[in-house]
Amino acid sequence: MTTTLLAGALLLAQMLLGIAMGCAVFRMLRGPRAQDRVVGLDTLYVNGMLMLLIFGIRTGSTLYFEAALVIALLGFVGTAALAKFLMRGEVIE
Amino acid sequence: MMPLENVPAWAAVPAAILVLAGASLALIGSVGLLRLRSFYERVHAPTLGTSMGMACVLLASMIVFSALQVRPVLHELLIAVFMLVTTPVTLMLLARASLYRDRAEGNDEVPQVAASQKEAEVVEERAESGMR
Repeated sequence: MTTTLLAGALLLAQMLLGIAMGCAVFRMLRGPRAQDRVVGLDTLYVNGMLMLLIFGIRTGSTLYFEAALVIALLGFVGTAALAKFLMRGEVIE
Repeated sequence: MMPLENVPAWAAVPAAILVLAGASLALIGSVGLLRLRSFYERVHAPTLGTSMGMACVLLASMIVFSALQVRPVLHELLIAVFMLVTTPVTLMLLARASLYRDRAEGNDEVPQVAASQKEAEVVEERAESGMR
């Protein structure tokens, strides 16, 4: 009983996160200006990380946790570099 | 192999609630990103998912893995601390860059630089170019 409850909750959460990733992708593709696209990409990274964590809960393996950690790191570096680029026009001065 | 069957009820129920709450918060944040009008409103919306949504999902993950491995599993705290530290930094950088771009284009929607501040910036720029 509780197993099906947890499995159903995980499935529903993955669907919700899928819709959330769709919203972020839409904003990234359409965003009127460059900074909107960067915010969309950042949101996409975070939602993808949450999705991987839920995959990890479902399969019971810790491999997904490491992938989520790498995505969090790369999301931070990517967004910071893009913000720097928008500010200065170059990443490394 | 079905590891979910080994999760006891005392862990499954709170984990299910937390996972659903986290995913709903992330979805609300993303819908806000889609619906709000200006960039400066939009930049606030995703933080709903990056703070509370992330915390809920990580807490559920900690509960489930602790119940499965019969010992406290705390490595999810790594992600939590990292996200809590970096998200404000990146969004502040992005908002500053966007403000700079809007001012450079002479957009009317953002407040312009005050005269005294402008003088200070000119002095600063001179000092910077002198250093180079």
